[in-house]
Amino acid sequence: MPLSLRANRAAMVCARYFAAATPSSALIQKFVTKVFIASRNANPDTWSPTRDLATRRAKRFALLSGFFFAILITSALHAHGPETRRVPDTIEQRVQACTVCHGKEGRATNYGYFPRIAGKPAGYLYNQLVNFREGRRHYAAMNRLLEYLSDDYLREIAQHFASVDVPYPPPAPDSATQSLLTLGERLAHDGDRARGIPACVQCHDLSLTGVAPNVPGLVGLPRDYLNAQLGAWRNAQRRAAAPDCMAKIANALTPDEISAITAWIASRPVPPHAKPALRFSQQSPLPCGSIDSADRR
Amino acid sequence: MRQGRILAALGVVFSVIAGYIAWANVRDESPLDDTPPATNQGRIERGKYLTLAGNCMACHTARGGIPYAGGRQIKTPFGSVYSTNLTPDREHGLGSWAASHFWRALHNGRSKDGRLLYPVFPYPHYTRITREDSDMMFAYLQSLPAVPLANRNHELRWPFNTQWALAIWRAVYFKPEAFRADPSQSKAWNRGAYLVRGLTHCGGCHATRNLLGGATQSDAWRGGVLDESQWYAPSLHDPHEASVAQWETADIVQLLSAGRTDRAVASGPMAEVVFRSTQHLEAPDLEAIATFLKSIPQDSLAADPQNYARDPATMESGEKLYRAHCEGCHGLDGQGAPGAYPALAANRAVVAERVTNVIAAMVHGGFGASTAATPRPYGMPPYIQKLSQREIAHVLTYIRGSWGNNASPVSEMTIQAYLHGTLQ
Repeated sequence: MPLSLRANRAAMVCARYFAAATPSSALIQKFVTKVFIASRNANPDTWSPTRDLATRRAKRFALLSGFFFAILITSALHAHGPETRRVPDTIEQRVQACTVCHGKEGRATNYGYFPRIAGKPAGYLYNQLVNFREGRRHYAAMNRLLEYLSDDYLREIAQHFASVDVPYPPPAPDSATQSLLTLGERLAHDGDRARGIPACVQCHDLSLTGVAPNVPGLVGLPRDYLNAQLGAWRNAQRRAAAPDCMAKIANALTPDEISAITAWIASRPVPPHAKPALRFSQQSPLPCGSIDSADRR
Repeated sequence: MRQGRILAALGVVFSVIAGYIAWANVRDESPLDDTPPATNQGRIERGKYLTLAGNCMACHTARGGIPYAGGRQIKTPFGSVYSTNLTPDREHGLGSWAASHFWRALHNGRSKDGRLLYPVFPYPHYTRITREDSDMMFAYLQSLPAVPLANRNHELRWPFNTQWALAIWRAVYFKPEAFRADPSQSKAWNRGAYLVRGLTHCGGCHATRNLLGGATQSDAWRGGVLDESQWYAPSLHDPHEASVAQWETADIVQLLSAGRTDRAVASGPMAEVVFRSTQHLEAPDLEAIATFLKSIPQDSLAADPQNYARDPATMESGEKLYRAHCEGCHGLDGQGAPGAYPALAANRAVVAERVTNVIAAMVHGGFGASTAATPRPYGMPPYIQKLSQREIAHVLTYIRGSWGNNASPVSEMTIQAYLHGTLQ
């Protein structure tokens, strides 16, 4: 490690020590860190002898006074040992276990499988968390993670991610043929009346952004994830509260049709600030256990 | 003539052994009695409390199923056992049982129809429950709504699926016994001993078992492997594992009620115990348990500090990964954050000789249990989704060898063995 980096690290450790000693000196840590970053990033192109001297003096003064102030507070309070650290008492901090896979703020990552959870309807997210905890949905990592969490906490987690409003990335390029996309669009929009298969848009809204609070949006989800869910419904690896309407639909579709629908949905760009609709625009085609009857009017 | 005599002698020996086994399996049974014990709301409430303390619900409820209606699969080295319906349904549950049948199941491990019960049902511990507590637990279970859910047949391999094999096992490893208070100890200690040895059956996981599933030592909690989940229930004697002889009573109470202290978090199966059982216990009972646990003889600390050769490149890679993924919560020096994330420095679970628990924590992540004291626990991500097996090994080697921690390095092979369920 070069000397300058080593010194920088030592200073950071000191700053952390002071910040840790008392929560109020977290501000000082922030300040010291800022000064260090500023000194590290000082741009040589705009160097001028007088300004540099002045900044250096100012920095030195700020640093010294900062340290002395921190020492003062530390010795005055001395309530915690040197190891004490504080982390933010926020729901964002508490759900870091979720965002490693589901992406920053639940906006999904580049890795194709894990779905975006940001901005999905709160009721839908809550139902899924409960389904995972109760073993109605199977994904070992989720089943284990949620095993000993209360309903109240799961509701809070669901509400947190539902309230996140961050832009969607453009759809990932896919090799689907035009004829496949056409078939997918037709099924998503019109269903297949002869076989009793409703259209996606009947429940998931015309814009496919879902309906609050219980029906999830479909646009913005990766194709792999959509395929996996419909497949899981076909072999009962994913279940919802009875009557399980999506299980019925997934079983009525052929694998080719599923592939067409998911290809088309995954190819759709998500409109900016897409949000779940507040009410259903059409009559309910099927009875659905996860949709509270009160939502349907 | 001589052959005849040998046969006769063998016959006698066989009869004596068979007679002993038969006797051992019905010893200390009280006569069955159909008169229902006095019951009232107070006794039902108390029964509910005792049933929570015994954590009956955890096994007798299938995942996502109706409480106490049974159906949870419990995997053992001998095959799978399915828990039974404890609701008062007459056909499938305990609807036709009398309190004396229930007592015989807890105390003697025999069902109403006379079948010997498998010790997956922890009657080797429950045998110490008093008749009075047993009757109140029964009164509570009988007050539940009846659920007509049929019991599922066990799927055990031969010969473990036979009653005679079970009878031999019971003759060797099980003896009904009543809890006897030790007059030289305090009231709290005796209450704690009654709970730990009986109702809360800590030895169900923390006792060491032999290949036949029998406890190797009576009245000892020297650590056991949970076959189904690979978690290791640490020894309550070993100061390097989970002895609490040096802990403050308040810390033990906090671990059992809140699910966490600043130096330990109840994880895996222990999180389940806290979530479903111990968080509901009254403070005097928790203090009694703590008093007893503190009195469990502590093994000596003496162990020569070993010098482990740690590959510098592995340590460097581990440190880099630690900075990127772990430091934000556990701190630059593994000091953790009070109330949120456990310290990794000097953490017994991190430096344990058996690496299964620390691997499980890193691979599967998890939240602590939601409890009244910690309703919104902080979570640890399941890093198997994010890091390679090699990277996980590097991080574990780094945290086991930094900040004063001095434990063996963890290899990529070990992580692989863990994931395949073959880590010994």
